[in-house]
Amino acid sequence: MSAPTTERRHIVVPPGQPALRVETLSVWYGTRQAIREISMVIPERSITAIIGPSGCGKSTLLRAFNRMHDTTPGARVEGKVWRNGIDLYAPDTDPVWVRRQIGMIFQRPNPFPKSIFENVAFGLRVNGYRGDVAARVEQALRAAALWDEVKDKLDASALALSGGQQQRLCIARALAIEPQILLMDEPCSALDPVATMRIEDLMRELAKSYTIVIVTHNMQQASRVSDYTAFMLAGEDRIGELIEYAPTREMFIRPRDRRTEDYITGRIG
Amino acid sequence: MTGTQLKPAVDTETEFQPRLSLRRKVGAVFGVLTVVAMAIGLLTLGALIVDVVRDGWSVLSWDFILNFPSRRASAAGIRSALVGTIYMMVLTAVIAFPLGVSAAVYLEEFAPKNRLTSFIELNISNLAAVPSIVYGLLGLGIFVRTFALGRSLIAGALTLSLLILPIIIIAGREALRAVPPSIREAGYALGASRWQTVRMFVLPVAMPGILTGTILALSRAIGETAPLITIGALTYVAFTPGSLFDPFTVMPIQIYNWISRPQPAFHQLAAGGIIILLAVLLTFNAVAILLRARLQRQIRD
Repeated sequence: MSAPTTERRHIVVPPGQPALRVETLSVWYGTRQAIREISMVIPERSITAIIGPSGCGKSTLLRAFNRMHDTTPGARVEGKVWRNGIDLYAPDTDPVWVRRQIGMIFQRPNPFPKSIFENVAFGLRVNGYRGDVAARVEQALRAAALWDEVKDKLDASALALSGGQQQRLCIARALAIEPQILLMDEPCSALDPVATMRIEDLMRELAKSYTIVIVTHNMQQASRVSDYTAFMLAGEDRIGELIEYAPTREMFIRPRDRRTEDYITGRIG
Repeated sequence: MTGTQLKPAVDTETEFQPRLSLRRKVGAVFGVLTVVAMAIGLLTLGALIVDVVRDGWSVLSWDFILNFPSRRASAAGIRSALVGTIYMMVLTAVIAFPLGVSAAVYLEEFAPKNRLTSFIELNISNLAAVPSIVYGLLGLGIFVRTFALGRSLIAGALTLSLLILPIIIIAGREALRAVPPSIREAGYALGASRWQTVRMFVLPVAMPGILTGTILALSRAIGETAPLITIGALTYVAFTPGSLFDPFTVMPIQIYNWISRPQPAFHQLAAGGIIILLAVLLTFNAVAILLRARLQRQIRD
């Protein structure tokens, strides 16, 4: 893959099977461009972190991976996102099909105002799951390390759980429909350090079988959990661009770009 | 930031004037004003109810409720108008509620945000302000004449449905807009289609607000006289409608009929009719409020 815009930048192509191949992706909100021509390859069964200061377009990029922008009035996406030879933005690709495979966890835990069980069962029902719903719900709650805490109160309201538990419930809900990729948009920013730790442990565990892309403003978190890190920055024109993309250890020890170095050492942002 | 001292940029003694006592007084005055505003509304309603009950209490009896209207005040009752009003309200609710909610869901969840949609939205707001007599003329032209439904219960209900449809649509849209976007996003992110997300999560969360709007709309419809007289509701009916296509009357018309007669005995009947009308209105609202409370509980638990 050769994208002309990356010539001066340090953008690696991770080895192995790619989970997503992003090609010159740009997003506009109305007439304002939010991110410009981003190209990158996200490796399978690993954690990729997207970091950068506020307003650099990290969430915008993440939401482009499962076509969440389709639901925002006025948002427009250009470029391609390939998965297994299918362009997720091709005219005949159904966004509902895309999101069924690429799940998403949001910044604020957003459980449905229903019981814990119903929250996890919803995705199964809408996607026509034909197996044993209760067994699948238990499996998903176990995978999200929540089962032991909620097994005796599956009929209780999801809103009665703590913030950290709610976020793990949202992860369980996403896992229940067996997605291939999990997008996480600052999943710990509303949580305390203990809950954050639990989510991070869970992410490491999940990365054995899922591909995870996480947006975070917390550089320690990126360096703790991720295998690859992408650094984004908005220039003078306030349009976000991908500055550097490298294995996490490499980026944090020896950043190639001055701007990356300035950011991770705390001089900007 | 730890090593450096934060230098005071301003002299807090002279440059800030907290004027705490003044602010407290302004707050107190405003509090009193709001209580007065509420009291004016409540007292007016209270005076009205006391006045009506004093005039009408003596005529209230099972006979009054069960008898048909009569030329003799002592034998007259409100049966046909009461039954007509109940039929009318149930029919209107059954017609207007699903139509209004569907239109609101379309405008809020499915319609593209473009000029045509905003034009439609603007006109729905305008429709809510159109005088009810205009709806009467519309109903007369369309339902009574063109569809040849005659001066029937169904023609009246359809006319009132048109009248309250804009109110239900506007309230419905407000309620849908108040549903946090995070719920929709959660649904989409799980591979739910737009319709699945709306039906399973957005609508249930919005339903209490939609019901509040519907209560207000039906409360308006129950007191309407002009459009029903326009489409030809009768003023003297000595039978209850047996089918959708029978002629009818409703309580406001009956009350108006009684109050415009010279004899004081009929004025008492009118007051009695108003009490019954209020009772029916409160019963309808109570049912809707109970329904709403149950829905809200379901959402919380």
